[in-house]
Amino acid sequence: MSISRRGFIGGAAAAALATGTAEAGTVKKFEGYPGRYGLLHDTTLCVGCRSCEVACKEVNGLTPVEAPVGDTEIFDAVRRTTDTSLTVVNRYLEADNDQPAVYRKLQCMHCNEPCCATVCLVQAFEKTPEGPVLYHPELCMGCRYCVMACPYNALAYEYDDPLTPKVMRCTMCYDRIKEGLLPGCAEACPMGAITFGGREELIEIARERIRKFPDRYINHIFGEHEFGGTSWLLLSGVEFGKLDLEEGLTSEPLPAIATSYLGVVPLVVTIYPGLLMGMHAFSKRQQAVAKKEREEAVAQTLEAAEEATQKKLAAAADRAAKDKARAVDTAVKKALAEAEQGGES
Amino acid sequence: MSELTVDAGPPDAGLSKHLTPFNIITGIILAGGAVILGIRFTQGLSATTNLSHNYPWGLWIGFDVMSGVALAAGGFVTSTAVYVFGMKEYKPVVRAAILTGFLGYFLVVLGLLADLGRPWRLPYAFIKSAGPTSPLFEVALCVALYLTVLFIESTPAVLEWLGLKRWRKVVGSLTLGLTIFGLILSTMHQSTLGAMFMATPTKLHPLWYSPHIPVHYFVSAVAAGLAMVIVEGLFSHRAFHHQVEISRQHFENINFGLAKAASVTLGIYCAIKVVALTLEDEWHLLATGWGAWYLFEVIGFFLLPCALFAVAYRERKLLLVRVAAIITVLGIMLNRFNATFIVFNWKLPAAERYMPSWMEIWVTMAFITFAVVVFRWIANHMPIMYEHPDWKGDH
Repeated sequence: MSISRRGFIGGAAAAALATGTAEAGTVKKFEGYPGRYGLLHDTTLCVGCRSCEVACKEVNGLTPVEAPVGDTEIFDAVRRTTDTSLTVVNRYLEADNDQPAVYRKLQCMHCNEPCCATVCLVQAFEKTPEGPVLYHPELCMGCRYCVMACPYNALAYEYDDPLTPKVMRCTMCYDRIKEGLLPGCAEACPMGAITFGGREELIEIARERIRKFPDRYINHIFGEHEFGGTSWLLLSGVEFGKLDLEEGLTSEPLPAIATSYLGVVPLVVTIYPGLLMGMHAFSKRQQAVAKKEREEAVAQTLEAAEEATQKKLAAAADRAAKDKARAVDTAVKKALAEAEQGGES
Repeated sequence: MSELTVDAGPPDAGLSKHLTPFNIITGIILAGGAVILGIRFTQGLSATTNLSHNYPWGLWIGFDVMSGVALAAGGFVTSTAVYVFGMKEYKPVVRAAILTGFLGYFLVVLGLLADLGRPWRLPYAFIKSAGPTSPLFEVALCVALYLTVLFIESTPAVLEWLGLKRWRKVVGSLTLGLTIFGLILSTMHQSTLGAMFMATPTKLHPLWYSPHIPVHYFVSAVAAGLAMVIVEGLFSHRAFHHQVEISRQHFENINFGLAKAASVTLGIYCAIKVVALTLEDEWHLLATGWGAWYLFEVIGFFLLPCALFAVAYRERKLLLVRVAAIITVLGIMLNRFNATFIVFNWKLPAAERYMPSWMEIWVTMAFITFAVVVFRWIANHMPIMYEHPDWKGDH
């Protein structure tokens, strides 16, 4: 079963329903599967022998290491995991007089809430109840968003494979764990720098070491809370920032940050249609009002023009009638004058 | 005029007629692209791209997907203005903008098919194992739906060309619904493309990372869409001038209107960038090297065209409108490139950084060329630049 945040919430809701006690004020928080495994890497014990790298490659059937165990030149450049090296050990501080060199092993941290799983659009990642995060290549379409999203740079991709490329990463030796074996790296470490066990017990062990040797360790277990916590835990004698690990990472799980915006989406879907239809109606109404006003203005103008014409016509008719009367008058006067003249002659 | 354009293109007179410089260059680019894609699917992404474990996304995502989607925003911006807000004077550019949008999104899908490790599994997100917690799932769903919307919105030109009046009427009656649906989908996926980077707070430089990055992406996409309508008009108005029915004056007025809108949008964008600097307490980062690069992007490619658009609108200078539009288009690309691969992993040493290979650039050019060729063919045969005489004045 895969665990997304949605899964957590669904699970919590189902639990509340099952018990039928939706008590107000009870804090419901999923703290992860109980009894899940983890690994503790005590960097103060690590000597950079890279036996873990060799064992990892053997267990996973990958190409052998590029430089033999004990080769120190390989530490001149900081390396990262690749599709053929699922774990690498880097030297972050060179030895000086009173301080030995500091090494850190890098691999998938198997987050409590893995962001690779959250951002995968085909759910190709699975957080198992035992702790390991598994990858299902039979679902993967190869978008590589998981590689982008991993905050620990632990995921790699098979760019050389043209048709069946996979994401490559540490599986915490899930199959070996199920058989009761140790993960390859933990079994191979000659210094006891890698301890496999229940995550809760490992945190206790780490706390105990810090308590017993306060000069040897800084008071910080990396992975206990970072981005919601990881299965791999680290102890160090120097600040984790010096080991190229982000310090002061928020304890908020990365998936919560990555998906915080998605809650806006349903709002857009529900608000936009009504809002936009309203705007459309508003713009149509404005056009209709403008049209009506224009029509009224035209009608008024026409009416006024009609009135003026009528007045003009009436005036003209009046004038014509007057002219006619005057003409008749003149003609009558003329005729009368002519008649008078005729009578005299 | 319509007779002239429906039968555009000289009658077929043998091969020599087709050997124009445009066709030869186009052919070389497309053939080269096909060869490179052949190498990609026989020898892998490593043989063709400079992608690495640190940079799983390169030019094909940064340009074809991230920039392509933003630059194709002109379709939803202009169709909303015309069909929702009733700004009918912009109707002459809507069809070309929607066609550009459709081809832009088609290019996005082509880019994805080249970039995905197993592209034939693209439908898995919908039919086999949906991952709705992923921002990318939302983008995929919206792009698939919006591509369909743009396709239907593009069909009136085809149906008029084919003389299918009854179907044309049916599609015409869907216009308002499709426009609103398109705006919903665009709001969602344009912003979610930005939201995809919210998963990378430790990898993306804080000046570019923001809890409000979805809003930044949406606002800049509106500006990009407006700028692309202006740039597209610059080319197609010249290439298809014999088809264009509207007066020079009307065409210029449309450009000035777009310029005004672009200036306001870019102004809003710059303002929310300032808000982000303040809310996230990042002003002090401007004094660093990356801060200079940030200022170069924001001032040179967003604030400058904002001012140029305003001056061009006020002084009614068409050339200046076009210069500002081109700067804006380049700015959007720079912004998307920055997030995808330039300021991504900003703490990595220079030697491990990503630069696109010439093959990645060639394939991207081939995709653009392909879109231009299809646009040209459609605009030469169908009523894109002008209104079909049977449907004049139809809304």
